[in-house]
Amino acid sequence: MSVIADVVIAALLLLGAGFALIGSWGLVRLPSTMERLHGPTKATTLGLGALLLASVAYFQTRLGIWTAHELLISLFLFITAPISANMIAKVHLHRVRIGAISEPDSIAGPPPRPDGEGDWATFEAPRRDNPASTANS
Amino acid sequence: MNRLLPHPALSAMLLIVWLLMANSITVGGIVLGGVFALVLPKFTQPFWPDRPRMRFGRAFLGYLGIVLLDIIVANFQVAWLILFRRNGDLRARWLVVPIDLTTPEAITMLAGTISLTPGTVSSDVSADGRYLLVHALDVDDAEAEIARIKTRYETRLQRVFA
Repeated sequence: MSVIADVVIAALLLLGAGFALIGSWGLVRLPSTMERLHGPTKATTLGLGALLLASVAYFQTRLGIWTAHELLISLFLFITAPISANMIAKVHLHRVRIGAISEPDSIAGPPPRPDGEGDWATFEAPRRDNPASTANS
Repeated sequence: MNRLLPHPALSAMLLIVWLLMANSITVGGIVLGGVFALVLPKFTQPFWPDRPRMRFGRAFLGYLGIVLLDIIVANFQVAWLILFRRNGDLRARWLVVPIDLTTPEAITMLAGTISLTPGTVSSDVSADGRYLLVHALDVDDAEAEIARIKTRYETRLQRVFA
């Protein structure tokens, strides 16, 4: 029993560490800001998930207690990872528009404008009466 | 009911998170968590006046399952791209996704989902709230990818926020 548990915990730890390493490697080797964002927001999510599962399994098999903090950590990660990616992307949009980019061009090129007369929300003050607005209440 | 609990789901969430933080279920913990669950939504109600109507039944659980599955698949796909695809062969591009969802909460959930799932990061929403700007790491057919996002996530979210 405990041998099986040890093998499972070790496998989870290796899987988690492997994905964290791949995510960091992606951050280093992908060509520009927008591509680099994909490494840390995805490849590390599963890595951390596996590490947290290993933690739950370790405390359960070794000390006989159930811990719930890992659930909370993954919950907070799922909430914060898209937001930080979104913030970095918005800063990137502004830097592209004012021509302040001092790095190799992104593969995707400059971002398109939305159809219609409008622009992306980060370039405009919030308007009333639209779903993206926080000014209408 | 609504005046006592302006955000019932938020109250339930606060109680659950409090008990998880305490890491034990005791009477004292439930009472203290219950007080927080009652008081905090009441005091923060002015910041969040229009509560979206959400259904936490089958539609929500199905959505959660699909997203968790896609997150696992996404991790392997992105790891594969990072390890074995040369930079010159990456077909990264911007997608402009038209959205039919109308509440800010629903659009936020869609954007968060897009950021967590296969090879896409949502970057911004248009000022009129009708388009999402999404960056895709490796996409062959932009139209097909947009259609996939809409059918896989948006239609399910529309059922949750009905």
